[in-house]
Amino acid sequence: MASNKKEIKEINASSMADIAFLLLIFFLVATTMNVDTGLSRVLPAIPPEDQKVEDLDVNERNLLAVKVNTFDAILVAGQQTHITQLKDKVKEFVLNPTNDENLPTRKDTEIEMPDGSTWIYPVSEGIVSLTNDRGTSYDMYIQVQNELTRAFNEIREDVAHQKFRMDFMSLAEGERDAVAKAVPLKISEAEPVNVGGN
Amino acid sequence: MAVMKKKGKGGIPPISTASLPDVIFMILFFFMISTTMRDMEVLVKTQLPDATEVQKLEKKQLVSFVYIGQPTPSQEAQWGTAPRIQLNDSYRQPRDIGEFVASERDKLSEADRQAMTIMLKADKGTRMGIITDVKQELRKANALKISYAANRTLAQNQ
Repeated sequence: MASNKKEIKEINASSMADIAFLLLIFFLVATTMNVDTGLSRVLPAIPPEDQKVEDLDVNERNLLAVKVNTFDAILVAGQQTHITQLKDKVKEFVLNPTNDENLPTRKDTEIEMPDGSTWIYPVSEGIVSLTNDRGTSYDMYIQVQNELTRAFNEIREDVAHQKFRMDFMSLAEGERDAVAKAVPLKISEAEPVNVGGN
Repeated sequence: MAVMKKKGKGGIPPISTASLPDVIFMILFFFMISTTMRDMEVLVKTQLPDATEVQKLEKKQLVSFVYIGQPTPSQEAQWGTAPRIQLNDSYRQPRDIGEFVASERDKLSEADRQAMTIMLKADKGTRMGIITDVKQELRKANALKISYAANRTLAQNQ
């Protein structure tokens, strides 16, 4: 009689911690935590073959040629430039603060705001044209791309402050799109050429 | 009094470890959520360049990776030290990229195909020649959204 009344023994749970540890260690080994970050770009589409290559009618003052050679030296509009000066040169080129005749024109453009109104902003027509050589190091190429992006990001930041009195990143999505339209990221990469001869 | 004496004899009672599994499970779940599976072995050295203006890639499933760099030391005996392109699990030539892009695109749903991004993970010591070849192949394959992988740093040039 006494044995019938006996309840089922509790399962020993002391090994649960060991099992959990094993699982934990498995996940530590088999997974990675790194978040992928990078500079996003959109490549130009290849024009159809039957289409004639016609020279785009870009006014010379609207083009800033940035060239990087095999020795990682940078030439901006014909002048050798150090990487640290690149950002300010690009900013000056895009903004054209003194209305210089050799710097790009600015065209008043209507930008639709998320609240339905329109905002007229003189959008710069400048295009940064980046040319690199086959021998340029990837590190330098990324540094140049980074500096170009930084120039545009700083201008966007300034515009966001003037227009909305807020940081660019803390704006609502529609407002951010409007600022991005006011300061478009115009970086064009020329068709690859082999300048350095290797 | 007798009862008190009996209790005092045992000294400090052992710390209960009953909640230890729960704690470990919590850590386990944290790692399961915040990490991603290592899905392939990288066969090339990719020491990424540094940049300050990098952006996070939003949707992981829309991203395909192209690795470019020197073969890792274990592969050097067979493949030498010239930079190579790795697609999926093996070294490939630039001309294979079109096929790779097509197969990656097929994995995505119709709506997501436009948003497909190719991330170039290239070693910072690589020359631009091989990267230009890859970019040209990507243009031919009509995979125009790309991202140059880089590590986030704070102010590198000041």
